[in-house]
Amino acid sequence: MSAAVTSGLILAQDVQNTISTGEAVAFWVLGPLALFGALGMIFAKNAVHSALFLVLTMLSLGALYMIQQAPFLGFVQIIVYTGAIMMLFLFVLMMVGRDSSDSVVEVIRGQRFVAAVLGVGVAVLLVTAVARALTTVTPIGLSGDAANGGNGNVENIGRSIFTDWLFPFELTSALLITAAVGAMVLGYVDRHTRGRKTQRELVEARFRGEHDRPSPLPGPGVFATSSSVATPALLPDGSVAPESLSRLIDSAAAEEFEAERQAVAGTGATAEGRALNPSTREGESQ
Amino acid sequence: MTPTVYLLLSALLFTIGAVGVLVRRNAIVVFMCIELMLNAVNLTLVTFARINGSLDGQVMAFFVMVVAAAEVVVGLAIIMSIFRTRRSASVDDSNLLKY
Repeated sequence: MSAAVTSGLILAQDVQNTISTGEAVAFWVLGPLALFGALGMIFAKNAVHSALFLVLTMLSLGALYMIQQAPFLGFVQIIVYTGAIMMLFLFVLMMVGRDSSDSVVEVIRGQRFVAAVLGVGVAVLLVTAVARALTTVTPIGLSGDAANGGNGNVENIGRSIFTDWLFPFELTSALLITAAVGAMVLGYVDRHTRGRKTQRELVEARFRGEHDRPSPLPGPGVFATSSSVATPALLPDGSVAPESLSRLIDSAAAEEFEAERQAVAGTGATAEGRALNPSTREGESQ
Repeated sequence: MTPTVYLLLSALLFTIGAVGVLVRRNAIVVFMCIELMLNAVNLTLVTFARINGSLDGQVMAFFVMVVAAAEVVVGLAIIMSIFRTRRSASVDDSNLLKY
C-alpha cells in the first residue's frame, strides 16, 4: 500500500474519530426527538398515541443509524420497524386494545414509585459507567476495507452475512418459518365446528317445539310421477303435501301447472299408470 | 465529542423502555416498550461497530431486527388470542395461574 493511500486512510480515520459539526447538529436534533418519543410513549394515556410516539423514536433512530455510517441498517430500520412492525402494532391496537385504556389502579402498592426510582437508578448507573469507561477509547471508524471501505456498506454486510455469519443467518430462516406457523396457529379460529348442534341436539330441539315441525320439510318429487320440481310430494293418503310445493312455482306459474297439480292430487284427470313407465315420457303423444 | 454520546442516548432509551414495562398495564404498550429496549440495544451495537472498526456489530443489529420481527408476530398473536378468550388486553387480568 502506498504511502499516499495510507496517509489518506489515517486522515479519514482522524475525521471519524471525533464527531463532525454536521453530525453533532443532527445528533442533538434527533437524539432529543428520540427521547421525547420514548417519554411520550410511556406517558401517553391512549395506546395509539403511544404507538405513534414510538414511530417517532424509531424514525429518529433510523436516521441516527444512517449518520453513523450504517445506511443499510437505517433503511431496514425505517422499512421493517416503522413500516411493518409498528403498522402491525397499530392493526392489533385498533382491534384489541384501543378502548381498553390503562387501569389506574395499582395492583402492587407503590409500584410506580419504585419503578421510577429503579429507572433513575439504572439510568444513572449506565450513563456514568459508559461515560467513565469510554473516555480514553479512540474510535477506529468504518473506513477500513472490511467495513464501509472497498465495496461499500451494503456489499460488505452481505459478504459478512453469507460468509462469517452464514449459520446464524440460516437459523433465522428457521426462526421466521416457525414464527409464521405459530402466528397462524395462534390466530386460527375454527368457526365451522363451534356452535353447530349435533344431530341428537337438533332432534331434541325439534320435538321440544323449537322448530315449526318435528320432521324436515318433504322434498319435491317424493312419490311423484315425475322428477320435475314442479311436481309436489304426495302424502301417504295420496293428497299433495302442501309444504313440498315450491314457493316460486306456486306463486309464479300456478295456472301453468294447474293440470299437473290436479292430476297428482287426483281431483282432475287421474294419472295413468303407464306414466311411471320410463319409456313413455310426459308430453309424448299417447 | 466522541461516539460515546450515542451510547448515553441508548442507555437512556433502554431505561425508559424498562420503566415502561414496569409501569404500563396494557399488554400491547408493554410490548412496545420491549421493542424500544431492543432498538436501544441496536443503537449500541451500531455505535460499537463504528468504535471497533468492523461491521460485525451491524450484522448483529440486523439479526436482532429479524428476531424482533418474529417475536412481534408471535407475541401479538398471543395477545390477540388472550383477548379473544378473556376480553381484556391488560396484563393484570391474566392471573389465572396466580392462586
